[in-house]
Amino acid sequence: MALSKQHDLHKRRFGRNLGVGLTLVAFIALVFGLTIVKVTSQGIQFPQELNQSGGNN
Amino acid sequence: MTDASINASTLREDEASFGDFFALLKPRVMSLVVFTAFVGLVASPVSVHPFIGFCAILFIAIGGGASGALNMWWDADIDRIMKRTKGRPIPAGKITEGETFAFGLTLSVMAVTMLALATNVFAGLFLGFTIFFYVVVYTMWLKRSTPQNIVIGGAAGAFPPVIGWIAATGSMAVEPWLMFALTFMWTPPHFWALCLFMRSDYDDAGVPMLTVTHGRKATRTHILVYTVLLAILAIGTSFSGIGGPLYLAVALVMNGLFLHGAWKITRRDEDDSEVDNFKVERSFFKLSLLYLFMHFGAIMAEALLKPYGMGGW
Repeated sequence: MALSKQHDLHKRRFGRNLGVGLTLVAFIALVFGLTIVKVTSQGIQFPQELNQSGGNN
Repeated sequence: MTDASINASTLREDEASFGDFFALLKPRVMSLVVFTAFVGLVASPVSVHPFIGFCAILFIAIGGGASGALNMWWDADIDRIMKRTKGRPIPAGKITEGETFAFGLTLSVMAVTMLALATNVFAGLFLGFTIFFYVVVYTMWLKRSTPQNIVIGGAAGAFPPVIGWIAATGSMAVEPWLMFALTFMWTPPHFWALCLFMRSDYDDAGVPMLTVTHGRKATRTHILVYTVLLAILAIGTSFSGIGGPLYLAVALVMNGLFLHGAWKITRRDEDDSEVDNFKVERSFFKLSLLYLFMHFGAIMAEALLKPYGMGGW
């Protein structure tokens, strides 16, 4: 298959790579968001707090 | 970018685009999964953080999409024969079977793991079971071996509201199983109506659909029987924890229309259908989509109205 400098295949591959890249960025954002929500939600006790509550008892 | 970036020996003129990989996830089926799982989540008595809820629905949708990709991997041989499925990425030669298998399996593992981490392990395991049920029990086993394939296999498509509920509560109750039963009983008449007007597809592919094994007359009767059973279930659900006056009104109207449609299908024969190109069967199929949307929409409305003292009985 003869390829010109900017063959349609190049465009398609660029689109695919861009799609994969954006999906990975979205996944990272999702995991980051989940971490923030989990850590800041009620019921989570940090080691420092655990030590304090243990000391009080 | 230059030609040097491409190895001419491995070039495929119709190489897959990002959209082709997305098409492997069966986006239309995924939209149903998203909607019913969302209703399951909203209807549960536990309030979920909006971001956790969003993630739960997303991972359930990805899990559903991944099972769709694995279904396309296994069914590639018959997809090449059927008109309805000829344009899918594998029969069209854009993506190989191996690529599809790897894609589906990777997404399945990712979706199950992430749902378990985002919500609870029970929800993750249930999503894994749903993927297993759809791919192994339905696609690999039942689809090509029994005319009841769509009846039992329909369970896979009915699990999402249960997963949504478990994601929110971490436990089981009767209500999500009523939503499951609604979709489970709805699937056969919905799919058999499609089989009636996609006439030769399943015959050509040798899939033992009811239309192929028991004939078209028997399929019409089956549609009516299932629609009657579905109506009893759908209206009965009005008096459960997820029902209410609004749901009852919707159920009465939609089931009246659905029963009327099923009755018309039963009274027709093949000659009548050929004359108007299966007009009644096609409109029944379209109505079935609205039917499910309206029922789940009403369940969601009842749940959303509850905090204002209006939903439920």
